Amino acid sequence: MKLKALTAAAALLVAPGLALAGPDDDTLVINGETEMVTKTEAPAHMEETGISEIISGWHFRSDETQALEMDDFDNPGMVFVDIGMEQWETVEGSAEKSCASCHDAPEDSMTGVRAVYPKWNEEAEEVRTLAQQINACREDQMGAEPYGYTSGEMANMEALISLQSRGMPVDVAIDGPAQSTWEAGKELYYTRTGQLELSCANCHENNYGNMIRADHLSQGQINGFPVYRLKNAKLNTVHARFKGCVRDTRAETYSPGSPEFVALELYVASRGNGLSVEGPSVRN
Amino acid sequence: MRILTATCAAVLMTAVSAAADEVAPDDVTFGEYGAVETSLTGTEGDAENGAMVMKTKSMGNCISCHQVSALSDAPFHGEIGPMLDGAGDRWSEAELRGIVSNAKNTFPESMMPAYYKSSGFIRPGDGFTGKAGEEPLPPLLSAQQIEDVVAFLMTQKEE
Repeated sequence: MKLKALTAAAALLVAPGLALAGPDDDTLVINGETEMVTKTEAPAHMEETGISEIISGWHFRSDETQALEMDDFDNPGMVFVDIGMEQWETVEGSAEKSCASCHDAPEDSMTGVRAVYPKWNEEAEEVRTLAQQINACREDQMGAEPYGYTSGEMANMEALISLQSRGMPVDVAIDGPAQSTWEAGKELYYTRTGQLELSCANCHENNYGNMIRADHLSQGQINGFPVYRLKNAKLNTVHARFKGCVRDTRAETYSPGSPEFVALELYVASRGNGLSVEGPSVRN
Repeated sequence: MRILTATCAAVLMTAVSAAADEVAPDDVTFGEYGAVETSLTGTEGDAENGAMVMKTKSMGNCISCHQVSALSDAPFHGEIGPMLDGAGDRWSEAELRGIVSNAKNTFPESMMPAYYKSSGFIRPGDGFTGKAGEEPLPPLLSAQQIEDVVAFLMTQKEE
């Protein structure tokens, strides 16, 4: 914000008359107290990409959009945390339990959870996303109907749980039993789909910082999910965003919750290992 | 409804022009370095219409990725691909036709979509619906639109 004049000056220096490429240098502090890591050294597995620094999508947005995430009273996503809290305490299903029946207060039980998902589940012998774990809890422990994978209820619950890891570094495991899923996700990341033949990497690895029409391309980090988007005025889940992106390559999309998107989520999350958990974040 | 009518009209037009000497996407001959020597339609390109195709989001949408000073009346030029000012100096008509039709024959790693290609895609979709599409897909631009864009690019000379 203070940097606005500086940014304008830099834009002139870089290329007169063109939009400024690249992320800005602002600092994200939430509520004047929680300083977030929004730029940091790329994890070791990204060495082959040539990217040395990973950057939160927050840096690619306008000062006005950035400001919305700096105060919980301004963050439109926080309303959904409150609704998520109501869901947390609501008794549902044949076991007549709520989330709170087993997990008490999310402030105590859910700290650090968001940061490590998707995660290998030993019992199920599969990598599970947070959404899948929430639904496994609902079905197996509560005897309740699962939430729709990208539904508002799911987004609310993810927002509530993500908030308990705010400021903690994303730290998903990519080795051991998770490795084959991670490899599958990586392959998908570089696959050029659809009639436009575009991969995730085309935009988010090779062109972040550049403008595509009126959009400022980011690294496509998912540390801020669920994301309140000004564009559709609601909380958005990771898989809904993936689906939108693949659709925009004029491809047949994968389904939210599909093995492909679970793998992709693990891989993309791992590219953000070290960035702070921001959910619910605000983007355009 | 209006879209349906437009689609029907487009289909009719395609059918009519296909009856002429139009080269189908799968039949285009690319040279060793990706150039296409022969006109796709045999009809001279219309540079003015080419400019319109390049600016229009639902058509070429070229300015999404390229800056073109001559098209500055349309907002938000992207910065993904090279600036196209002077393209007519740097490339021949055949080279431009090849690049617009399928740039990957000229630049194998190019991010640029192929505007005149209808098969050989991974998970081809039905437009922007997210649903499966069946190959051969209609190419992103018609043969004549390709010729029109090439004609416009040939007018882009700096000297």
